[in-house]
Amino acid sequence: MSETPTLLSLSGIIKRYPGVVACDGVSLEVKAGEIHAVLGENGAGKSTLMKVIYGVTQPDAGTLTWKGEQLTIPNPKAARALGVGMVFQHFSLFDSITVVENVAVALPGRVDLKELSKRISEVSERYGLDVNPWRPVHDLSMGERQRVEITRCLLQSPKLLIMDEPTSVLTPQAVDQLFETLRQLRDEGTAILYISHKLDEILKLCDRATILRDGKVVTETLPREETEATLAQKMIGRKFPECRRRDDHTEGAIVFEVAGLSLEADTPFGTSLKNISMRVHAGEILGIAGISGNGQSELLDALAGERTINDKNAIQLNGIAVGQLNPLQRRVLGLTYVPEDRLGSGAVASMSLTHNALLTAHRRGMVRTGLVNFRAARDYAGRCIREFQVKAPGTEALARNLSGGNLQKFILGREIAQEPKVLILAQPTWGVDIAAAAAIRQAVIDLAARGVAVLVISEELSEIFEICDRIAVMAGGRLASPRPVSETNAAEIGLLMSGMFEGAAGQATPAAVSAVPA
Amino acid sequence: MNIDSLTPLFASAVAAAIPLLLAALGELVTERSGVLNLGVEGMMLMGGVTAFIVVASGGGLVLATLAACCAGMVAALMFAFVTLTLQASQVAAGLALAILGSGVSAFLGRGYVGNPAKVSFSELPIPLLSKLPIVGPALFSMNALGYLAVILTAATTWFLYRTKSGLILRSVGESPVVAQSLGLQVIRIRYLATLFGGLMAGLAGCYYAVAQFKMWQEGLTSGNGWIALALVVFASWRPVRLMLGALLFGGVTAFGLYLQAVGVQVSAFALASLPYIATVVVLAVISRDQRALRRNAPTSLGQSFFGM
Amino acid sequence: MIRAPWRLVPRTLPSPRMRVLAPMMAVALTVIFGCIVFASLGLSPLAAMKVFLIEPISTINGVSELLLKASPMCLIALGLAVGYRANVWNIGGEGQMYVGGIFASGLAIYFHERGGVWLLPAMVVAGAIGGALWASIPAVLKTRCHANEILVSLMLTYVADLLVKYLVYGPWQDPAANNFPLTVAFSDNAQFPMFAAFAGDWLEGTRVNVSLIITLVALPVAWLFMQRTFAGYQLTVAGLAPSAARYAGFSGPAAIWMALLIGGAAAGVAGVMEVAGPLGQLNDRWTPGYGFTAIIVATLGRLHPFGIALASLLMALVYLGGEAVQISLQLPKAISLVFQGLLLMLLLGCDVLVNYRLERRRPAATAAVEIK
Repeated sequence: MSETPTLLSLSGIIKRYPGVVACDGVSLEVKAGEIHAVLGENGAGKSTLMKVIYGVTQPDAGTLTWKGEQLTIPNPKAARALGVGMVFQHFSLFDSITVVENVAVALPGRVDLKELSKRISEVSERYGLDVNPWRPVHDLSMGERQRVEITRCLLQSPKLLIMDEPTSVLTPQAVDQLFETLRQLRDEGTAILYISHKLDEILKLCDRATILRDGKVVTETLPREETEATLAQKMIGRKFPECRRRDDHTEGAIVFEVAGLSLEADTPFGTSLKNISMRVHAGEILGIAGISGNGQSELLDALAGERTINDKNAIQLNGIAVGQLNPLQRRVLGLTYVPEDRLGSGAVASMSLTHNALLTAHRRGMVRTGLVNFRAARDYAGRCIREFQVKAPGTEALARNLSGGNLQKFILGREIAQEPKVLILAQPTWGVDIAAAAAIRQAVIDLAARGVAVLVISEELSEIFEICDRIAVMAGGRLASPRPVSETNAAEIGLLMSGMFEGAAGQATPAAVSAVPA
Repeated sequence: MNIDSLTPLFASAVAAAIPLLLAALGELVTERSGVLNLGVEGMMLMGGVTAFIVVASGGGLVLATLAACCAGMVAALMFAFVTLTLQASQVAAGLALAILGSGVSAFLGRGYVGNPAKVSFSELPIPLLSKLPIVGPALFSMNALGYLAVILTAATTWFLYRTKSGLILRSVGESPVVAQSLGLQVIRIRYLATLFGGLMAGLAGCYYAVAQFKMWQEGLTSGNGWIALALVVFASWRPVRLMLGALLFGGVTAFGLYLQAVGVQVSAFALASLPYIATVVVLAVISRDQRALRRNAPTSLGQSFFGM
Repeated sequence: MIRAPWRLVPRTLPSPRMRVLAPMMAVALTVIFGCIVFASLGLSPLAAMKVFLIEPISTINGVSELLLKASPMCLIALGLAVGYRANVWNIGGEGQMYVGGIFASGLAIYFHERGGVWLLPAMVVAGAIGGALWASIPAVLKTRCHANEILVSLMLTYVADLLVKYLVYGPWQDPAANNFPLTVAFSDNAQFPMFAAFAGDWLEGTRVNVSLIITLVALPVAWLFMQRTFAGYQLTVAGLAPSAARYAGFSGPAAIWMALLIGGAAAGVAGVMEVAGPLGQLNDRWTPGYGFTAIIVATLGRLHPFGIALASLLMALVYLGGEAVQISLQLPKAISLVFQGLLLMLLLGCDVLVNYRLERRRPAATAAVEIK
């Protein structure tokens, strides 16, 4: 491999943002025809580095050499002209227009849509991507959207393809399919930069790996000489923290029950809920796996009370019909919720932690005769900070100044300290560093051990398998009946994630079905 | 109500619809790029006073029209700089523009109140067609700005849905973040769309000053800039529906005049309030279906975007 | 493309210093612009500025007029600020003020020469109800039909204006007014007594009246409401992060209602201050646009009662200055409107420095190959 010429080399790249140094002297070499992993925790600087390569941002210092020539890449257009393609984690697609229009919009000059659609079909077929150029993007599943993105890159025959966390939206089967495509591209001589924090994928796919921590390169290594444990050690600087699980789990009474819940989507391209039923027992953690966009946000709205439903009996909390109660009323009855969007829903970014304690915990002695008792709010916030080891300068720190992990610990602490009977968590460790993620998972496990019914909705399959007692799968607005974690495996859950389950077959949306690999 | 009385009714409806259509068409393009410019009224007044001053100083109609367009664009440029470059709230800056426009126009036009326009747009009847009953005088005997409005509606439709630039404009309005990541020049595109909005509002103001009322007074446009904003919502951001909406609002105004003409005993003040009440009612009705509205509205409408 | 030598860089935290400095910069820039306008009209900028900004308040009488104008604007702005904090953009304060004035005038006319001491307080209450009622139309339409409150409240301002005209040209016209669009002059117990009536000689001839007390009471009440009550907190959350308010279970419609009713009631009372104050009757063009200026006052005052009080004094001065230059320099009064609009626009522009800082662009990297 050493005789293949270096395609891209970065040296001493520094990029500062207000308050952080995202990249601190990063050097990296990518050769043609290799899949090169960039591995690191959230916030290690992977995404920033890719943005520098793709011309989205400019580095503060450092040089970039492309095929032996030192240059600057002022914008994505220039990057594409060089032969750099990028598939973003959050797709760069416009929902309201068709696939072919999405491709056309990024191309220079006049474009003949008919001609272009033919080329799209050709390229996508050649790499087994199966893209219909005339469908509007909002009709497509996440997996299909990714294939559109990849096809769009391939149309420009890139020399270097950057994939940013590409598997977070895929079922395990679709991941295998994607890897096939990437290997085919590599064998044709394309270099691939593969950004991920998932160790198993890197072992399976990549030829070389550069490991980043806190904006610096820790080491460069050959994955085939590593194991998950050794990679983890290098990535986070110590052993992978593991959660203590209890095994003496006995089934408690049913605390939270959903029966025949159906709800129309309220956003233009949302997913309607179809006849969802589930039961959560005291002391149990029920996990709901599934690719985002399959009705999770609608389900959360309905469960938390942000949208009320016509049939109030469809959701019961301790035997009380709560379907028409608002979130505040449900919280009084013992249902608390940690939302996915923590800096916008779970907390108000520009408010202090004291003010954010008021947001949901105000019933705990913080309001008297309409006036706010700020001392009580401060005490409560202080308690959350202490008990959940939140790293914050104090109760008056603004929510937006906390890291994702610390803010999540604060929000979780705020909800747990309200002594709920049911706790709902959405993507609890999304974008959270590994240490905080472990702490959060442990707190959830401990909470269940104290007899609280917990419902976790997560895209991260490994997380679901790690903490849950039973797993249900959501696809196309339907929920497959839960199965105990000991009696299932990733492959089965993966199949369910593509909508292949009883009651769903034949009725699943085209989007869900087409997520199944061909 | 007989056929004969319908003819002037329809003609005055069209006359009232044209400036609304012009201003709303510009705002539609602006909003399609994701920019909400509430200052239409201010830009219209700027255009109106400029056109009137040009005419009063001996300039011709073409010059007056061009000057009005420029005045509207200058006003829009100020708004664009404050919101797009300096990241100010679009709602607040739009209100500021509305206040500033009415102030500046009143200040500039102080010496011209009460004088009739020296020259003004006159009807250009199309032979034969203008003789058609009812619709003839209304549709085929408009002034030059009226025909221009119709042509521009067609042109805008074509631009938005048939050209790549239109596709880019709509894409920027849907998601500036995605557009930026694809290398589209979001801020530049939004600047251009906002300037087009100013140009069209200036044209509408010109229509009031030197085609319809043929005079200048403070607040000449009497809230029609705001009605144009409502019209864009009514048309769910589609140019052709805008034409129908403008006719509907023009019709409401004309209907009031018609009632007076046939001698119905209604207070003139009640009649004058008809367009405003109609706007409120239409807004209420059209906004009821939030899903449909959200499907049609540019997703990023009104949101600031820092594109550096 | 031309590249500016400076670029904006987002700050980690909004700068508290700039939050205070930006309004001052905007005022300074407006003054500079004013000087340019005066100079272009062939006037000495300094002399004109003196006429505009200093002379109006160089006498007790001038200060009295300043307070008389600032008071209703301040009150309306306080009410609007409550709404703006919750992202409810009521811009129909002007119309709500008209309707408040109409309601109060109705009482004053009906009980003309018959009312007791209760009449004035009743008028204040009626005004508040009138303004709140007018504001409840956008509230109903927003909560029930999601209709945009900006457009609805503004359209209703035009309707309210026509309603005033209808009344003073029609049923409420004073028969003795020779067809002028006026109502009868209110009797004494339908008017706010002036301080001059009981405060001794030094206030001789001034018009400022006891309605000022309403505003002075409203200021701390508004502060308490915004900063210390849970309802005020809920409105603030609704404005800063609507999805957090939804998540917490704060009622969206309740916030909209509260915002609009408070704004409407405050504007309605401001209307009473005018008709039962310096006017003493209802006529067809009795307002110089306080309801619109209040939008500027609220923004300039940073939606904070203290800032609003200062901003209302400044805007009152701009009005007085406009009148002064009209009289002594024969300039049109519309110049106040120009300065108001300009001030708001400049403030919005200067506000960029709260969240961003200016940074000099580095020269392009050397020895770099430019790519097309």
